Parts: sequence; C-alpha cells; structure tokens
Amino acid sequence: MLERGWFNKMTELLKLVEDLTGLSGPSGSEEKIRSFIRKEAEAYGDELFVDALGNLIVVKRNPDGKKILLAAHMDEIGLMVTFIEENGFLRFSPVGGVNNEILSGTKVIFDNGTAGIIGREKLKEKETAGINRFYIDIGAKSKDEALERVKIGETATFYPSFHHMGPRVTAKSLDNRAGCALLLQVLKNLPASLPNEVYFVFTAQEEVGLRGARTVSYRLNPDYALAVDVTRTGDTPEPEFKMDLALGKGPAIKIKDSSVICHPTVVQRMIRAAERINVPFQLEVLERGGTDAGSIHLSREGVPSGALSIPCRYIHTPGEMVDLNDIEGGFSLLVELLKDKW
Amino acid sequence: MFLKELSERHGVSGDETKVRNFVREKLLEMGIKHFTDSMGNLFALKEGQRKNEDPGLMITAHMDEVGLMVSSVEKSGHLRFYKVGGIDERSLISKPVRIGKEGIPGVIGSKAIHLQKKGEREKALTVDELYIDIGAKNKEEAEKVVKPGDFVSFDTKAEIWGNVFKGKALDNRAGCAALLELLSRKHDCGFTAVFTVQEEIGMRGAKVAAYRVNPRIALVIETTAAADVAEVKEHDTATVLGKGPAFTLKDDSVITHPRLLERLIEVAEEEKRPYQFRRFLGNFTDAGAISQARGGTMTGVISTPCRYLHSSASLINLDDLRNLVEITGGFIRSVAGKGLV
Amino acid sequence: MNLHSFLQEISQKDGVSGYEDALGSFLAGAFSPLVDEVKKDNLGNCFFYKRGRGEDPPRVMLCAHMDEIGLMVTMMDEKGFLKFTSLGGFDPRTLPGQEVTLYGREPVYGLIGFKPAHLQKEKEKGKAVKMEDLFIDTGLPKEELREKVPVGTVAAIRRNFLSLQGECRAGKALDDRAGVAVLWQCATELARLRHRAEVFMVASVQEEVGTRGAVVSTFGIAPDLGIAIDVCHGSFPGAAEHEVSPLGKGPVITYGPNIHPRIAEKLHETAREYQLPVQKDFSPGPTGTDARAIQVSLEGVPAGLLSIPLRYMHTSVELLDLEDIRSAGRLLAYFIADLSRSFVEGLSCF
Repeated sequence: MLERGWFNKMTELLKLVEDLTGLSGPSGSEEKIRSFIRKEAEAYGDELFVDALGNLIVVKRNPDGKKILLAAHMDEIGLMVTFIEENGFLRFSPVGGVNNEILSGTKVIFDNGTAGIIGREKLKEKETAGINRFYIDIGAKSKDEALERVKIGETATFYPSFHHMGPRVTAKSLDNRAGCALLLQVLKNLPASLPNEVYFVFTAQEEVGLRGARTVSYRLNPDYALAVDVTRTGDTPEPEFKMDLALGKGPAIKIKDSSVICHPTVVQRMIRAAERINVPFQLEVLERGGTDAGSIHLSREGVPSGALSIPCRYIHTPGEMVDLNDIEGGFSLLVELLKDKW
Repeated sequence: MFLKELSERHGVSGDETKVRNFVREKLLEMGIKHFTDSMGNLFALKEGQRKNEDPGLMITAHMDEVGLMVSSVEKSGHLRFYKVGGIDERSLISKPVRIGKEGIPGVIGSKAIHLQKKGEREKALTVDELYIDIGAKNKEEAEKVVKPGDFVSFDTKAEIWGNVFKGKALDNRAGCAALLELLSRKHDCGFTAVFTVQEEIGMRGAKVAAYRVNPRIALVIETTAAADVAEVKEHDTATVLGKGPAFTLKDDSVITHPRLLERLIEVAEEEKRPYQFRRFLGNFTDAGAISQARGGTMTGVISTPCRYLHSSASLINLDDLRNLVEITGGFIRSVAGKGLV
Repeated sequence: MNLHSFLQEISQKDGVSGYEDALGSFLAGAFSPLVDEVKKDNLGNCFFYKRGRGEDPPRVMLCAHMDEIGLMVTMMDEKGFLKFTSLGGFDPRTLPGQEVTLYGREPVYGLIGFKPAHLQKEKEKGKAVKMEDLFIDTGLPKEELREKVPVGTVAAIRRNFLSLQGECRAGKALDDRAGVAVLWQCATELARLRHRAEVFMVASVQEEVGTRGAVVSTFGIAPDLGIAIDVCHGSFPGAAEHEVSPLGKGPVITYGPNIHPRIAEKLHETAREYQLPVQKDFSPGPTGTDARAIQVSLEGVPAGLLSIPLRYMHTSVELLDLEDIRSAGRLLAYFIADLSRSFVEGLSCF
C-alpha cells in the first residue's frame, strides 16, 4: 500500500473524492454534483447533455462500435423536512435507505449551509425507533426563526467529514462519490480512440429506486452496460452479512445482488480483463442491496449488464470507508475493458 | 466392502429382512455357519486358524436403520406416519421415500411457503404436520398399494465423492460392511459375529443375542455422530471425519471396560493407525444391552464417524472405515494371542 | 419423445435463475422441429415462433418460465464448508439434507448440512432452521474446494424425476418446467391444426427473482395478447379450500384484475366446446407470475394465466398430474386455432 509513488498517483484521486464528498446532492437535487462533474468532464467528451431526470451524459462517439453505458450515481441519501414544530425543531422523512440506528447525534447540513443535529425522543421499553421519533435541531428558538433558514421540502444530507489515513478514506456519501470519482478518472485517462461508443452517465435518483438509470437507458438503448458503485464488505466484526469481500483486496466484480444477476458473459469479460493486467480483484455476491444495473438490464429488450464495485464499509452512515487502492485497481480494470472491442 | 448395496437396502427397525438376506447370501458364499433367532438376529460362527482356544469373543453390528411407519391413510390418499427410532425430523421434508415390501415410491411434502403465515414459517415442522404422498387420488386408490403398518425409509442413492461416502443408513450399514469384511478374512481365533436387529428402538435384538451367546468379551461396531461442521466449536465436535475410527469412553448405556479400551489403543498404536475418542458421552448402543446380559460382559464400542446421522443422507470418510476394520482385526489377533483379562 | 419423457428430461436439467443458457439451448433443440423459427434474446429468453396465415394475423404470446430456484455460494468458512444465499424463494426448513450440484470450475456434488440435534440449544428446538445456519458439505478438503468452487458458484437442487401412482409425477423445478411442457404439448397439437394467429412461445428467464425475463421478452415481441403458463397450489391436507386446486381435474384459469376477463372467458368457452376439464381460481391483485409483467408492458398487453396444480411448491418433490399438462396443452392449441383479429380488437373495448 505504501509503495513508492503511490502518494502522487493517489493525490489526484484523493482530491476528487474530497471535493465530491464535500458537496451536497440528495436524490432529486443533484445540481451541485452535476455542475462539478460537468466542469471536470466537459473537455473530455464529444458530446455532453443533461436529461429530464437530471442524468448527466458524456459521450465518446464511435458509430462503428457497440454502445456501452457506464453508470455511476451522483445522488446520496438525505432527510427531507416535512414539518416544523412551534419550538423550531424540524421533522423529516428519509430520501433513500436511511438506517434509523445511526441518526441520533448525527450532524447534517442543508443546501444553504445551515447545519443541524439530529435528536431522538425517549423510547418506550423494547421500542425500535421509527423515523417519526427523530427531529433536526438547527438551533432555532421558534418556528419563525427556523423558517428563516430552511423550508419544508428541503433535504438535508450528512455533514461532510472527509479524513484519510494512508490509502483509507472515510467520508460521507462515498456511496457513490467514490464511483463518480472512478468514472471521471477513466474519462480523463482514455486512449485517443476507443473501439466502442461509450456513454459516461452520472445518474440521478439511484437511491430512491434506480430511477435515473431506467430512463437514460431507455433513451440511449445501449448494447451493454456497467454500473460503477460501492458494495458492502464482510471484513468487520460480526458483519451484517457474511461475505468474502474486504477493503484493500481489489475492486469487486459483481456476480449478483438483489436487483440484478449480472450477465455471465459480461462477468467473464471483466474477469479476463483483470487477469490480463494482473489486477487483484474480488467476486461479489451481495445478499441485500441493488444498483443502477438493476433497472438498466431490464430496459426495452434487455441489456447484458454487469457492475464494478468499490468495497466500502459502513454504507449509508456519515462515516463510510474505502481503500484508494481498490479504486485504483477499478480504474485500471475499467480502462482495460474499454480497450476491448465488445 | 459392500457398503453401496447395504446402504441402499431398506431395513427399518422391525423389518430388517432385505438386509439380513443380503448378509446371509454373503455368509453362504464364505461358507460360514449361521442361523437366526426369533427376533431376526443373524448369528455367524467364524472359525479361527488355531482351533483350541476360545476367548469367548463376540462382535456385533446392528442391521436396522431409523425410519418411519405408516399410521393411517387419509381420505385424500395421503399417508400419516410414526417415527421409528430417533430419525432427525429436520431432514424429512422434500425427500423421496419407499414404502412397504414392494418399495412403493412416495414423497414427503410440506405446505408451500407461499401459503404459510409468518408465525407458521418460524416453527420447525413436526411429524404431525407432514404427510407422505404417493400420488393416489383418494384413500381407496392408496389402499390398493400401501397400508398402515408398512415401513418407510429414505430413497437415497449411495455415491462416492472422492474419499467420502454419501448414503442413507450409514448408521449402521457401515458397521455391517466392516463386520462382513472381517468375516471374509482369516483370524487366529474364532468369534461369534451377530448382525443384530432393533437397535434403534432400544437395543432389543442385542439383549437376547447376548443372553444366547454369553460372551466373555464383546466389541460393538457402530457408526457415530461427527459434529465437525460449520460453526461448531472444536470441543463440541464429538468426532471428526478423517481422524480414524472413534473409541467410546462412555455413553448413556455403557462405560467401556478400561482394559478393553487400553487394548484397543495399544493395537492402534502398534499398527500406527489413526484413532480418536468419542467426545460426546450421550446416547445408547447395543453395548448397553450386551454388557448387562446375564452376569455381565466386558464391552467396548468402535465407531465410524458420520455427519448427518439419522437423516436422509449421511457422510463418512472411507479411510476411517478401512482403519476401523484393520484395528478390529488387530484386536482379534491380540485377544487370540494374549486374552484380555 | 412423449410428455412423460420430455418432462423428466427437463425437470432433471439444471437452469437456475440467471443461468438458463444451457437449458435454453436444449429447449431450442427440442422445439425446433415443431416451430418455424427459434431465437434467443439478450437475457436468454428463448422464442419459438410459429407463422400465422393471412393478412394481419393476431399475434399471441405464450410464456412459461424455464428458470428454477437455486442457491449461490457466498463464501467458504475456515473448515471448508460453503455458506450460501438463494436465487428465488426457499423455505429453509426444506433444505437440511438436500443434495445439490455445484457448478464451479468443474461440477462438484454436495449436501446441505446442519448442526447435529444433540448440539441444539433448548430454545432452538422447535424453531425453524434459518438459511444462515445451513451450509453445503462436499466432503472435499479446503484447498481442493477453494480451487474448484469460487464465490458466486451456482448450486442447483439435485433430484431425480419420480413416477408415483397413476399419472402423478414428482421432482424438482416442476415450477415451471410443467409450464414448458405445456408449451411443448401445445406445439405438438398445433402441428395438426390450422391457425390464423402467429404464435410466439417463450421460455422466459429469471421469473423466480422478479418476473424479469417477461419484462423484456414482452417488450421485444409486442404481442396482441399474452398468456402466462405457470403452476398454482395443489390441494393437500391442511390447506384452505380457496387457496388450492385438486390435481387431475384440469388446469386452472385465473380471474382477477391482472387478467383480461375476455381472455379468461374465452379459455373457458374453448374448454367447454372441446370438452376439456378446467378449474377456476381468483387473484385479488397482481399474480406472482409472468402475467404480472405482461399486462403492464408497452401500452399494455392483455394477459391471461393458465396454471397446473402443483403440490409442495418450491421443494424438490413438487408433485403434479400429467393429465393436467395434456389438457392445458390441448386447450391452448384450440384457443389459438380459434383466435381472430376481431377478438383481439375487442380486447380494448371496455
């Protein structure tokens, strides 16, 4: 991990991840992320456009090649304000899969920079906390004061908290800014000509049901697709699911999750590519969880799809964790895959 | 060894005929004198090379397997059943079975998961909620081929997977196979081999067999549970596949005579064969009935470790079985040479 | 090849959800003498096409799923036992002792193992076994196993096809190989009938993980109507009457919001006309079959559902009556032969 020169290689990636995770982009309000990525990607595509759901599409044209769709979702989970109490506390509902167990005491931030802390009511004996037992405290003394700073319908996200220990990075929304960073790196480091037509799609609204991916794949009608996302690991004490997947053992090639059974030919292609360039990789079987490939593969008459996953601990908490080496490996693998004529 | 044929034959406690006939066939081929008693125990009188001494040795292996018995025929043609012996209820569902002398095929099905309420899904299914389905349209049609009292056993094909043997009733057809193998060889002294019946429902055949034979030394060849499976801690494993046959220290029916246990260990060490101790001290074997017959007998038990005992498919390590045969052969030689007392 | 031998062959073949390729190729071979064209799509759905006659023939799709529920290796533990997850829904209580075939780098046999009874804690006894407490035992040493069976290996249930009393048969994957057999029976009947309609028979994929194959196959064909052929619960002691249908009394025609009433009625009329036994059942919401996906495809495809009564669904001893498959195949053949453009147009009139 501490090989000579890793620091230089990693620095660019690290900065990208820090910048992307520092921004707020809950499902349905991905503007900030989209603008940032757009600025970074503009110079590298033949075409660039945004669709009705907010997906950002960057095209590398090649009318003679097969169409490959690469998707990394820009959005993160959030908390949408639904009610403001007379005494200034905010009630909210989850946007995407929020785990109630990690909410108490968590710091959050709104679009205009207003920060708040999540508190919880006292629970009855043996009660598991429902979302309605929590509230956000932005320090307002009254409803009026609160309304000066936030409105109903606004969505808060976890407060940015980037930190890195060597190659291990912890931050909020590594799901899926890590994937966006990986995809951006690939876009910026492609060989001059590609044998396929490639669509780099930064999708919207994945966390609320793989929605952006669904419409963009209908529109683009690709021949193949690959989602670039994060996945769980089984390398922590008594993990949620026993999995043979760990941080630092390389990018993961997805076999299946709850939303998709990856097309065996795509999986084989990915394995062959990794073996060709000697990138250590892992095989992923995720018992519960889905990604954009889930909606893409059922588009129109079906799209053979796979996914490249970045191992990530503590998904959907304010302190997710990845290993930059895994992202590096994923980058090499993806570049190699695109050199193939599909 | 005839493990495949023995495993695939059906012989539930009380209905050991098919297994007994197979063994008897082999005894005839070997030219060994044999006879049966009123319960169906099969006695084989093996002669030794040195005719004079008779250490009064008896070696047994039970022929019966755990199974089911048809208790009634429903209006719908489904069969209800009893357990015969300690069959593991968890492995009953979704298995094919054979019923009665003709081996009528059937399946043990369960209510489809789609139709079960949450509470139902969380309980283990018991014998009372299971049925055997032979595909009969109604009671009348079913009763043309099956009836209450018919014995039922699993219909599992025996197979070899590398060094491991998969089959049903390895408890105790592995023991029978070992005993048959020993009977086919030459030994210094003679012994009485008994293929006992009804062990699984209370060591009943062994009781009368021991009374008749009145041995001085008895060795029971059995098959015992190996719990060396996922998530079981090492000290809980009872026995382990691949580490040799297991010597019983004590179980719920017998405490092995110390001198007999010593001798087994001595023989194994001399012949440099692997062995282990049965670290689970519960359950019953024929040794219980034998050791307490008449005035009592020194009795020991040597077993092949086996995973998924009493279920539709069990696994043993073939090397363990081979080592069991060799150690027992060595034990016979040792008893012939220097007795045991 | 008769119905019994065809069903036996396809029941014993393996085709777990997502991994139906080999099975699909076999079916393509079996159906090609009976139809005009055979095709496969991107996800592996197999299409068996019979040309229609005349101008603007009605376009009908029959859809039976070829995938079966199965297991997938998630990891190997330190002792060399394999932990697994499922593809499709299993009642974990039906798994202890079940034999499987692992399709690793080479096929390996295994058996689903479980903790011995004497080690169960008092509070565990009487509770259903959980999938996470089960594992696959191959008897192989760790190192050999690691080589042969990587993470992600698919394990198919292993069960021989059984002939029971009369026309009763039992085996694994009859959900929905029974449906595929109905398609085959229908194709053999159609060979001797004249039909105007062009027919797309589809052996769909991944139904057990969410009717996924039917979503794309229906989009691809854009039929005027589609009939799913699946299995429904067969009667057995302890089941409520309205939840099950007796075996041997004919296939079951479903009614309810998921089903176009005129299609269900026409199936009934056809059965009456040709004296074929049929039964009825009702589903108050979207059915758990490909019909669910068919109805809401594109601009909407009128859907029907014909099912074979099956006991012990999602176990390896699913049980049915061959006669029900025969009746279903015949019924569909006559239904197709009688199909007209005006019937199809009437489907949009409400």
